[in-house]
Amino acid sequence: MKQLDETKVPNYWEGFNGGDWQEEINVRDFIEHNLNQYDGDESFLAGPTEATTVLNNQVLNLKKQERANGGVLDADNNIPSTITSHGPGYLNKDLEKIVGVQTDKPFKRAFMPFGGIRMAEDALKAYGFETDPAEHKIFTEYRKTHNQGVFDAYTPEMRKARHYKIVTGLPDAYGRGRIVSDFPRIAIYGIDRLMEEKVNDYNLTGDGEMTDDVIKLREEINEQYRALNDMKKMAKEYGYDISRPAANAQEAVQWIYFGYLAAVKTQNGAAMSVGRIDTVIDAYIQRDMRLGKLDEEQAQELIDHLVMKLRMVRFIRTEEYNSLFSGDPIWATLSLAGMGNDGRHHVTKTAFRFLKTLDNMGAAPEPNITLLWSERLPEGFKRYATEVSIQSSTIQYENDDLMRNEWGTDYYGIACCVSAQPIADGVQYFGARANLAKTVLYAINGGKDEIQEAQVGPEYEPITSDYIDYDEFMKKFDKMMDWLADVYVNALNVIHYMHDKYYYEAAQLALKDTRLNRTFATGISGLSHAVDSISAIKYGHVKVIRDENGIAVDFVADNDDYPRYGNNDDRADNIAKWLVKTFYNKMNTHHLYRGAKLSTSVLTITSNVVYGKNTGTTPNGRQKGEPFSPGANPAYGAEKNGALASLMSTAKIPYHYATDGISNTFGVTPNTLGHDDETRKDTLVHMVDGYMENSGMHLNINVFNKETLIDAQKHPEEYPTLTVRVSGYCVYFADLTKEQQDDVIARTFFDEM
Amino acid sequence: MKLIDQSQSPLNILEQVGQDHEGPIKGYVHSVESFGSVDGPGIRFVVFMQGCRMRCQYCHNPDTWNIGVGEEMTADQILADAQRYKAFWGEQGGITCSGGESLVQIDFILELFTKAKELGISTCLDTSGGPFTRDQPWFGQFEKLMAVTDISLVDIKHIDSAEHKKLTGFPNENILDMVQYMSSHGDDMWIRHVLVPQRTDFDPYLKRLGDYIATLDKNVVQKVEILPYHTLGVKKYHELGITYPLEGIEPPSADRVKNAENLLHVQDYTGWQNWRPRPATNA
Repeated sequence: MKQLDETKVPNYWEGFNGGDWQEEINVRDFIEHNLNQYDGDESFLAGPTEATTVLNNQVLNLKKQERANGGVLDADNNIPSTITSHGPGYLNKDLEKIVGVQTDKPFKRAFMPFGGIRMAEDALKAYGFETDPAEHKIFTEYRKTHNQGVFDAYTPEMRKARHYKIVTGLPDAYGRGRIVSDFPRIAIYGIDRLMEEKVNDYNLTGDGEMTDDVIKLREEINEQYRALNDMKKMAKEYGYDISRPAANAQEAVQWIYFGYLAAVKTQNGAAMSVGRIDTVIDAYIQRDMRLGKLDEEQAQELIDHLVMKLRMVRFIRTEEYNSLFSGDPIWATLSLAGMGNDGRHHVTKTAFRFLKTLDNMGAAPEPNITLLWSERLPEGFKRYATEVSIQSSTIQYENDDLMRNEWGTDYYGIACCVSAQPIADGVQYFGARANLAKTVLYAINGGKDEIQEAQVGPEYEPITSDYIDYDEFMKKFDKMMDWLADVYVNALNVIHYMHDKYYYEAAQLALKDTRLNRTFATGISGLSHAVDSISAIKYGHVKVIRDENGIAVDFVADNDDYPRYGNNDDRADNIAKWLVKTFYNKMNTHHLYRGAKLSTSVLTITSNVVYGKNTGTTPNGRQKGEPFSPGANPAYGAEKNGALASLMSTAKIPYHYATDGISNTFGVTPNTLGHDDETRKDTLVHMVDGYMENSGMHLNINVFNKETLIDAQKHPEEYPTLTVRVSGYCVYFADLTKEQQDDVIARTFFDEM
Repeated sequence: MKLIDQSQSPLNILEQVGQDHEGPIKGYVHSVESFGSVDGPGIRFVVFMQGCRMRCQYCHNPDTWNIGVGEEMTADQILADAQRYKAFWGEQGGITCSGGESLVQIDFILELFTKAKELGISTCLDTSGGPFTRDQPWFGQFEKLMAVTDISLVDIKHIDSAEHKKLTGFPNENILDMVQYMSSHGDDMWIRHVLVPQRTDFDPYLKRLGDYIATLDKNVVQKVEILPYHTLGVKKYHELGITYPLEGIEPPSADRVKNAENLLHVQDYTGWQNWRPRPATNA
């Protein structure tokens, strides 16, 4: 291994192995040369320090007060949040090893009007706060927001698609989120070096010919440069000089966190991912330990305190937003482990330490812990991870082999819920989901909305016969998907144009390469219901029942025994594959903003409840208003052949066409996994291994009894930290709406025969 | 106790099943489950065979009692289905035949397990031993079956024969004889015992059962397991219109389970942790 070149500056790098990372900004190369693999078990881990326990109790108490206060403890109404808008804030300065909060006080939510002033004001109002009149004037009269930009450009058709909820969750009034910054850059290089690089990039942008692209990029680099400078100022207020590289583990963790803090102070994206920081932090911890400057307890304390901070991040949201994404999630998604391209696993002791936080400080939904899983990960780590899953249901598992292969790098992180993103040079433009179950109904009803009976889609001929003819339906469905793909993708083109213009993510993008590979992320909802409906029409001889206006409001399948998605039955599963591919290809015929590459997801988060609420009865027998199954899960009750058959159906959806992620939320009772702890761990390890070997992409694992949930709904005070995994994230059960709690309870739980 | 079909009561039916076939033998299958993790070592594909003569009072699958009904399937069909889940099995998993009572259809199980072993699939037999006899030709079939069975889960319902008869309708001499056979022939097994308050949860009997198990070959008994009685089956009885014999009996307390585990010396049998199936017959 190359020795460190001492002439290449700072002694901050002393004790690390050298490499290309010294010459250029290249965190991946740093990891490759400074990886400390760990193959053992969890026995080395340390419990919480006294300071951790004191601070954690303080956080739990604040959380309790927040809940008692209706969901929000305190909120700013007059300081638009920027990197430097607030002075320092603390829980307890003397005890905190890692410092920094979004505003001047813990749990006080920031005022974030740049995405949309109306949304910011509605959010304040929802919790009994009034916007400062001066701010109202500024953001309505003088300073345009992203939201206004979008609505200036939307077509009537787009507004309609949005209003009638065939497309839902468009980020046209808040941050689009989904950027995974390369936060470890700050620790390894310090801000000054990163600013120098941006200057170099700026000087190399354009040859004097001022095309739109060149102008845009030159402006953006300047914004990034200023954001980096602001990060230094913010850190200085907390007494740290991050212009230089981190000198030790505590600084490395703190430097990384300052980068994250800058992100959450400036953007209220639906997802504010932490990315992948475990191996870099581990290298710093390892170095301090070699020098005798740090012991295990102190190392764990650093990780505990970082995680505690991630648990405290908050945004203030409107009621409408909360009904889509329930439980106050921010998707501080933290990716752990994974494999290197060279065949070495990336499990370090620090990956264990992050899991240990759930034991030291109790279960919590954030950060959204994501294991990048490969069959080749060491057994000790796999078993510890499944143990944590069984105890807390807080972990999601994603297929590292699949993602590495598809994205071509081992240095990627998970953005938002389940989407992979190359950390150094990838960015994702995300937006919303198209409701394919509703599209089935539009095809039958000639573009008329089945709930409000307005003409929303194009006025094609509806199906008028008593029984639905499969070929006729498929022709109409194909045309309706064409229309939906068009209106959906173009609405997103508008959104991303305006987001760059009015709500550019300067801080997050400053911590990435200047030249980016862009992904245009779309999403599908209602997959299982669309698939089972098509299968019903194909195999079940479906009769239509119409209301007085000729709108199909109910369906009866003469043969109810038609194949359903979720039983490892190719007749149904092939419809699912076909549908995902077809809709992807249709969207892909369109222009995509800034030359982005199309990706799509089969992921609903908790919005499956709202989507279902706004969708009429579907031919598979799902009743009007009933929730969709989440993500790529089969419809509730459709699964007849057990858990693995269900998993196999989901695993067939081709990741190549859904690189934004295919989410499966799996619920199982402890006794179904085994009668003792060791068997339960074995079972889960084999289950995840088997799923991924079959190209399954993502798995949320919930281990508990339905009775626990029912009791927790009745007595929330007795279950303050009961966490459950919903599609793509984790949430305190007590923080879900009643409707969503009911939905989680109604989900398929695989139980003993 | 009311049976589903009096003409199929245990005593009327002798060896009718699995005979007089042409072409591939077919088995009567009640259902399959892709994800069994408490039905033998590892994750297993479980085939619930239709038909059982015993009428255990706590049986939670009364819908599997009737003999000669159910879905007819060939061994090849079952194995093709099962193999789709191979990736989940790890080193220990495979297929399990449960029931009903698998041994009622011994010819079919023999064919299924023989073919499974040829494919390198681990085989597990879940049985309560009811059909066991040393009479030919049945016994010959059983000996062949043991040669292709990696492990058996033997459910000893009661150690006392008279009590066994009260609980299941049959005495237990032939069952203990089967256990003896397995022990002396090195056929690996787990021994399981369902703990039912007012039926099996009595210290003297538990102690007797524990002493009996202790006489078996320690290298053969991989695991001893207490299965606490549960009420999940009650609904099925109501659906089938059968009187539930244990109406009002609650699952045993954790303390009673612990007590039974102590009396059966459960912790002494640890072979299951590192257990591996025998290599494939053609390997």
